[in-house]
Amino acid sequence: MRSYLDFEKPVAELEAKLEELRAVAARGDVSITEEIAKLQTKAEKALVDLYAGLTPWQKTQVARHPQRPHFVDYVTGLIEDFTPLAGDRKFAQDEAIVGGFGRFRGQSVCVIGQEKGSDTQTRIKHNFGMARPEGYRKAARLMELADHFGLPVLSLVDTAGAYPGVDAEERGQAEAIARSTEACLALGAPNVSLVIGEGGSGGAVAIATANRVLMLEHAIYTVASPEAAASILWRDASRAEDAAMNMKITAQDLLKFGIIDAVVPEPAGGAHRDPEATVAAAGAAIATALGEMAGLSPDEARAARAEKFLAMGRKR
Amino acid sequence: MNWISNVVPPKIRSFLRRDTPENLWVKCPESGQLVFHKDLEANLFVVPGSGYHMNMSAKSRLDSMFDGAAWQEIAAPEPLLDPLKFRDEKKYVDKLKDARAKTGQTDAVKAAAGKLEGQDVVIAVQDFGFIGGSLGMAAGEAVIAGMEAAVERRTPFVLFAASGGARMQEGMFSLMQMPRTTVAVRRLRAAKLPYIVVLTHPTTGGVTASYAMLGDVHIAEPGALICFAGPRVIEQTVREKLPDGFQRADFLRAHGMVDMVVDRHEMRPTIARLCRLLTKAPQPARDAA
Repeated sequence: MRSYLDFEKPVAELEAKLEELRAVAARGDVSITEEIAKLQTKAEKALVDLYAGLTPWQKTQVARHPQRPHFVDYVTGLIEDFTPLAGDRKFAQDEAIVGGFGRFRGQSVCVIGQEKGSDTQTRIKHNFGMARPEGYRKAARLMELADHFGLPVLSLVDTAGAYPGVDAEERGQAEAIARSTEACLALGAPNVSLVIGEGGSGGAVAIATANRVLMLEHAIYTVASPEAAASILWRDASRAEDAAMNMKITAQDLLKFGIIDAVVPEPAGGAHRDPEATVAAAGAAIATALGEMAGLSPDEARAARAEKFLAMGRKR
Repeated sequence: MNWISNVVPPKIRSFLRRDTPENLWVKCPESGQLVFHKDLEANLFVVPGSGYHMNMSAKSRLDSMFDGAAWQEIAAPEPLLDPLKFRDEKKYVDKLKDARAKTGQTDAVKAAAGKLEGQDVVIAVQDFGFIGGSLGMAAGEAVIAGMEAAVERRTPFVLFAASGGARMQEGMFSLMQMPRTTVAVRRLRAAKLPYIVVLTHPTTGGVTASYAMLGDVHIAEPGALICFAGPRVIEQTVREKLPDGFQRADFLRAHGMVDMVVDRHEMRPTIARLCRLLTKAPQPARDAA
């Protein structure tokens, strides 16, 4: 069963009508093939048009769509021999960040990312993709391992943010994020990050400080969630839409600003309408990005990454 | 006596006199006690009775740290101005202009070089009075410039952090200051120069989650709130009242995140001693006492 977002109502109506017609046609009373084809074209066009003009706030909803492919879907579709590793070797295992080693198009790689979960049980298990310090410490540990063995790191970013809880603060959430960001910068092997849904603040940048940062077409990447930003700016979380509009959180805006390196197109109507095609497009984009960095020495990879970030916001 | 004092009755005269600062008396946020501004300034902005550490402007802090209050500001590259064209009730560029006029500073961080007990150091100070010490592009550039100046001069680097977090009006450019400043921290580290962070009230969000938690030594001022997520956000998540002292300086020390909690009056000698120890500088001759 497809769930529609509020702004998808016109498309939902067309698709419902189409279903009705198909049901009629199936009974074989009247021949309405032509009409069905016409309506289908109309519905498809409406969907494409709608998605071509999404506002930042609408993209926020698409990026958070429960049926959007998550970390596990990408790993299943792109990584062979995936071998997840657990624990930060200091305190605990955090399921919000999943990571391990596997093969991407034959090449050994390290894969790290937030998993949001897809039903009540898995959402609770993965804490809705909001990691505690252990998650970031595990990420840093895996990056150090990858670097030790000279393996590229792929990170898939999908989090509303790092978990804001008492225990997380007690165990040094801030320090864990800072060290994970630093681990990204220390990598001699090239790294590629892909924001697949929500890139939420420090909790995202901690694993997304990469040589190449890619975003799916309708993903968002924010300094603070629109709700949090509205609450900080105007003490009114209900003005999230205003904040989303103002903060320039879309892949298209961030590419223009040079904050990300490429946008990965999504199927018509968003990733959730065709997860397989989305995962395939992501794979192609990651392969291209890795290809661009083939042959970089560890020093070159580190220097290129550092210079890329230092250049951001500077006058050219 | 000028002509005005002859024509205007004394009672009205007092209204005309505006040469005294508005904040002549300052109220201690903790005890409610009123303190004369001059007394507060003379006591490094620590409230004499309660010991409450008030915010210090970047200038006062630099004056208090460097020998003879002598320092040279380190220039930082000027970043893009308002690339987001952010506006709400007010344009961001106007908000920036106002903050500049009010504080006489270009942005929230000022970095300077000078001597600390005879040793060359670079110190950067984040000023909470400038849009809540928020971390935007200019503040990030000043932190980076300070760290790079320390590398160039081969001196220790000391950072006084104070921040409400990211500068929302700069969006992702603000978030990118986390990796950008971390690049500079790594250069300091590669040059084997001490990096001392002083966490002052309040240090939160992206500042804590980047350069402020990557020091070789972490010092906190008494009572400072130091956190990633602020207490208000956490209360909304857990839906219960947080315990007293949660995320305060002593709490962070108890949880292993800071090395020491140091009273502002002891800050100068403590940092000077650490810098000497870590750089193998000789002990200064002690006064006969």
